[in-house]
Amino acid sequence: MSLVAQVDRATPTARGRGRRPGELTRGAGLGLGIGVLWLSLLVLLPIAAIVSTAFEDGIAGFWEAITDPEALAAIRFTVGAAALVTLVNAVIGTLIAWVLVRDQFPGKRILEVIIDIPFALPTIVAGLVLITLYGPGGPFGINLVGTQAGVVLALLFVTLPFVVRSVQPVLIDADREVEQAAASLGASGFVIFRRVILPTITPAVVSGAALSFARALGEFGSVILISANLIGKTQVSSSYILKMIESQEPVAAAAVATLLLGVAVVVLVMLDVIQRRTARRG
Amino acid sequence: MSQHPGRSGGRSGEPSGIVVRGVHRKFGDFVALDDVDLEVKPGGLTALLGPSGGGKSTLLRIIAGLDYPDRGTVEIAGQDATFLPPQRRSVGFVFQHYAAFKHLTTARNVAFGLEIRKRPKNEVAEKVQELLELVHLEQFADRLPSQLSGGQRQRMALARALAVEPEVLLLDEPFGALDAKVRKELRDWLRRLHDEVHVTTLFVTHDQEEALEVADEIVVINEGRIEQVGSPGDLYDRPANDFVMSFLGPVTRLAGELVRPHDVEVLLDERAGAVEVTVTKLLRVGYEVRAETLAADGSTPWVQLNRVQVDELGLQVGAVVWLRALVVRAAA
Amino acid sequence: MLRTIAVLYVTGLVALPVASVVQHTFADGLAPVIEVITSEDFLAALRLTAIVAGIAVTINTVFGVGMSLLLVRYRFRGRRFISAVIDLPVSISPIVVGVALILVYGSYGWFGGALEDAGFRVIFAVPGMVLATVLVSLPLVLREIVPTLEEAGIEQEQAAQSLGAGPWQRFWRITLPTIKWALAYGVALSLARSMGEFGAVRVVSGSVAGVSQTLTLYVNDSYQEFGAQAQQQAFAAAFVLMAIAVVLIVVIAALRPKEDRS
Repeated sequence: MSLVAQVDRATPTARGRGRRPGELTRGAGLGLGIGVLWLSLLVLLPIAAIVSTAFEDGIAGFWEAITDPEALAAIRFTVGAAALVTLVNAVIGTLIAWVLVRDQFPGKRILEVIIDIPFALPTIVAGLVLITLYGPGGPFGINLVGTQAGVVLALLFVTLPFVVRSVQPVLIDADREVEQAAASLGASGFVIFRRVILPTITPAVVSGAALSFARALGEFGSVILISANLIGKTQVSSSYILKMIESQEPVAAAAVATLLLGVAVVVLVMLDVIQRRTARRG
Repeated sequence: MSQHPGRSGGRSGEPSGIVVRGVHRKFGDFVALDDVDLEVKPGGLTALLGPSGGGKSTLLRIIAGLDYPDRGTVEIAGQDATFLPPQRRSVGFVFQHYAAFKHLTTARNVAFGLEIRKRPKNEVAEKVQELLELVHLEQFADRLPSQLSGGQRQRMALARALAVEPEVLLLDEPFGALDAKVRKELRDWLRRLHDEVHVTTLFVTHDQEEALEVADEIVVINEGRIEQVGSPGDLYDRPANDFVMSFLGPVTRLAGELVRPHDVEVLLDERAGAVEVTVTKLLRVGYEVRAETLAADGSTPWVQLNRVQVDELGLQVGAVVWLRALVVRAAA
Repeated sequence: MLRTIAVLYVTGLVALPVASVVQHTFADGLAPVIEVITSEDFLAALRLTAIVAGIAVTINTVFGVGMSLLLVRYRFRGRRFISAVIDLPVSISPIVVGVALILVYGSYGWFGGALEDAGFRVIFAVPGMVLATVLVSLPLVLREIVPTLEEAGIEQEQAAQSLGAGPWQRFWRITLPTIKWALAYGVALSLARSMGEFGAVRVVSGSVAGVSQTLTLYVNDSYQEFGAQAQQQAFAAAFVLMAIAVVLIVVIAALRPKEDRS
């Protein structure tokens, strides 16, 4: 009992006023200080280091680094592949989410678990997994190693859960009565989907797609084995950055890294805006 | 903990009062409490009544220590408590949405405050048993809150608050989340409980019927100010102003004056002080009849009658009658 | 129709390849697999993975619980900025994460020189691998706890407070039991991510067999070598990682409904 009383007594009444809910207490303030320091050392400083290294030789140096033919080819390929993967995910991810929520069939539970595998599986293992089936000596006789299609396949693998997992809860929560009301008003299945369901799930589709775009843009582990890292063909930005840092060219590495970083920030801001807008509506 | 200064109060000794002086609280530009003074009588059951956003909950939370005033003081049991943290105030607080500890059984919920105070196990068990009986939950001791109904949860929350023998018991819209029937039962039950335990109790409500039925004393709060304090009868019969009058019961306007619609006389001939009106609608609700009328000045006073009266008067839509206030309000 | 498309897509993309790895691994029976997983290099990699993931998950759990309480229960300037900063590392390439750490804590980085003079090596050592792993799983615990805390609201804690509970008692008796399932879920996710991290660790580790090689690096390095023996190593290690992942998924799936029910 005395412990409680002592801890409480530490809150001075002589200070003139108490703390309202939401105001930082001394302990919380200390915790926040430590947290911010940790984040600074862990996230902010390293990011600052990347950006400052990228512009070490001025804007011209940065420009030169990202317009280097090899860098440019890697960026172009990465962005293109990520965009394609995102598009595919938006469609097929929504479809899978729909099947998981609205359809009943034996083995559905297994499908649910399989969807999560790409999240939990180490990326390098994911790469290995794909190669055994779609690499040399695979059972289908298809060899995608060293092809751009192989890279896209790897990206599809690792980004599979994003759209599914973001659309699924929205579909579960969606009010079926609204659809029934639309049907009672004479709307056909397609019209109901386009006019009633699609508007409801669009924010979730977009946010899932944005996450898979960011992930695809930065993916490394799952693609290195299947891409064979062919310069100008299947080399992704991450591989290029790694190659530059390992050949002691930090400016070139940092410049492309800054570009990827910028895109990630844009995606996060966009997501935040979407979430805010949906939260306000809901 | 039992040697708390002023701890002799609570349920065993003399009940303690609450004194609020000059309490002011702003949220940004919005003045929630405007220099409020209030004395809550020891041992009473007092209602803080007013419309939503009128400041009554803010006042209750300031008394509980869940919020603090910009200026002014709060005294509980003769002690300055203005800036004491809630855990040192010896107040029991009951939330509108119960705030049940979802992971603990009913018994453990009730025992919580005693366990915090490191009371001996057998004492805790005994006390919990006693309280569960008091709130009629003894057979639900081992259930989780999710297995209880709303009314049961609120009774559990009340037992939990009473377990630590608080100086004062504060209830924030305690029955607001319950359906009408349970609400009425719990009201009667709170009244009886208070007659048994006599702890100084202050409860917030926006329901005038609830306040009139349960409380010994009602404090009417509106726009951050106290409009009137008094017994339910006082407030109903002698409201200090139009706001209190219209908040505590039905009103209608007759010749520019606010009157209670059941205190209006319906006359079939013209007399001194009576207003000529035409009956526009007769609305029967069970035994009661609500007669709506139209006066020459365009106002629409209404009168609350019963079926016998309507039949005796032979009242019909379109009839011309004269209305006269039976009770003239004393100037406040 | 839709069902067929969904099932075929998921089967072709995920289920079949995973099954094929299992088949590859055990193509020559159990003996070669056992040989690999009892080899010194493999065990060293397993140990290092456990150490790095263990430390990283512990750090992220403490950070996640503390920070989520601060973000949900308090209002202060820069709250949204902090929240965004926490989300950033998982949205960027793990290679960028690794490079960023090198630029600050590497031998020629901002602090690396000074730290090395003080006898503390970060990059190409365990601390760097821990930092990289912490970064790539930074928000996972926090993002699970925040919605639970928001949904639970502050009233239970206030009720506890008015019943006499101090800050620590409120945390242990009320807050922690409230978030325990979300916390367990977040920890399982972090563990899966931490054990499987490859890119960021690859950049900062140097990947010396038996010294700074985690399991994922072991898989990569073995696969890049030629010869049946090396391939067998890669597949055996991949299988172990996969088995851990599947166990974690099952744990995660078991935790999810409990979290929803509360």
